[in-house]
Amino acid sequence: MVDVTDKAKKYRDVAYYPGCALEGTGNGYDVSTRAIAKELDLKLTDVKDWNCCGAMEVKNIDPKIQTYLSARVLSQAVNVNKQDVVMAPCNGCYHNLKKAEYDLAHDPKSQEVVANLSSKSGHKNYEAGQAETIHALDWLKATVGEEGLRKRTKGKLAGLKVANYYGCMYVRPRHIFPEKDKGPGSESTSKPHFMDDLLAAAGAENVEFPLKTACCGGAHTLSDSDTSTKLVLNILQAAEASGADVIATECPTCHSGLEMHQVRAEKRFGKKTNVKVMYFTQILGLALGIGPRKLGIHTNISDGMELITEKRLLP
Amino acid sequence: MPIHEKSLIRPENIKTKENLIVEGIDVSGHWSTFIESRAVTDYNEELQEEIGALPGGEFIHRCWQCGSCTNACTVHAIEPRFNPRYWIYLIRMGYESELVRDKDIIWQCVSCNKCTYACPRDVVPEGVMKATAHWLELKGYTEKSPSTIFDEEFSRQIIARGKIEDTEVLHKFLHKTKQPLMQDWLVTIGRNIAMRLPVKWGLKMMWAQVFKPKTKDWAKSRKAIEDYIIEQDAHHRHALKLDAPKSKATAHQPKLHAAE
Repeated sequence: MVDVTDKAKKYRDVAYYPGCALEGTGNGYDVSTRAIAKELDLKLTDVKDWNCCGAMEVKNIDPKIQTYLSARVLSQAVNVNKQDVVMAPCNGCYHNLKKAEYDLAHDPKSQEVVANLSSKSGHKNYEAGQAETIHALDWLKATVGEEGLRKRTKGKLAGLKVANYYGCMYVRPRHIFPEKDKGPGSESTSKPHFMDDLLAAAGAENVEFPLKTACCGGAHTLSDSDTSTKLVLNILQAAEASGADVIATECPTCHSGLEMHQVRAEKRFGKKTNVKVMYFTQILGLALGIGPRKLGIHTNISDGMELITEKRLLP
Repeated sequence: MPIHEKSLIRPENIKTKENLIVEGIDVSGHWSTFIESRAVTDYNEELQEEIGALPGGEFIHRCWQCGSCTNACTVHAIEPRFNPRYWIYLIRMGYESELVRDKDIIWQCVSCNKCTYACPRDVVPEGVMKATAHWLELKGYTEKSPSTIFDEEFSRQIIARGKIEDTEVLHKFLHKTKQPLMQDWLVTIGRNIAMRLPVKWGLKMMWAQVFKPKTKDWAKSRKAIEDYIIEQDAHHRHALKLDAPKSKATAHQPKLHAAE
């Protein structure tokens, strides 16, 4: 068992790895994460001169290059930032850093390729165990926690029905997340609940949503759009059937996939859905009394302003 | 729909005749349907080794054919012909021509990793799908799939600069796959957000087009990765007994070295 109070202290000051998506299409996630950190007095220091983690694309060219790219990010955090906890809100980044950590701990070939590429690139090699990668959910769960949110938000989200959508890369494949599935208090890979816990603490009503870890087809958003639209439509319709007002997301690829294919499903298949899509950090931000513009909600494709006014979520 | 392991009877092999005379005897009405016989003679005994030599395919030999992968598969649920277990079976048996029949859908794997999660033998079926798609392209059975074109454009930017720029990925991908940028759904999305976005954002996006996001001191990493890719490509071709590429940029070598 990890000491909970130890984590609560340790995670208050972490290296922050936004990644490419949070500087582009997923900007609302970045803005809202930083706004929450400021509100809760948590310190985020950007990983100095970071690079892309390899996303989902580089591994299809060569998985070892993806391992190298992620290892370089960890090396920057350890050797330049001098920090040993890296917080990555993007599921893709989080997944890749975890995967690199696993491969570098277990696969000699990966160690060799990464050491070789690091030396040619002129930076220090990253070795497994030097840093810990956490998700924004782990970060908030350990620092402010459910009790903290309960006190601060006074149940502000009461009446808001949320479908919590975790996606693929936060839970699969399970072997790269050794800290999950460890019983009470830990995250589950088959039925994740950290997002549910945090939003419930802020007063939201989490609906029974069966597609928490279904795939949105994000890898082929553009290259096989019809498949993506069908997968997204499943998720949107299931959320509506569950009675949700909004789908809470924790991944910029899922988030833009849901938003873009919600429009595409209407245009191409004539299937209109009205459920809104917001990053869970945007919803928590509202609960903490931060204004929607400061959380980047106006930059989402799915226009949630009416819902926010209706549910009295303005500060 | 049931999955038939060996679809011995295929629609194109069924011959139906209205009037038929066999050796001078009119058998019309009695024998109207025949099935053309078919024999598989072109086994590729190296097929499993070839797929196993490509990234992702390393653990294909572990498969027990339990079917957990297909059962868990996201794509199988909307396209029943997408069947990882069956393809792994074909590869392990060396049925190259059978495998090639599905060449146009194998690339559609969405990498959700449900198969890898479900597999009791750690075959990593997701990796096998990618290796197989890669193999089809290297062998010249298919053109580069839209997915490969996307991956290559994405990776090219990362290798060149350390980071990607979203609008450049979208724009270059649509251009390379000959799709218009002004598709109805993209236009609607653009119009919806443009009405709400602050002016600052528009300027920021234009700025990113001119001064693309870059990682500081990236040149050495770029060179190291490019050299590694060329080296790996040679390994893969050797494993598939293909000729070494004559020039740096042959049709199927990843196009990652375009001038920036």
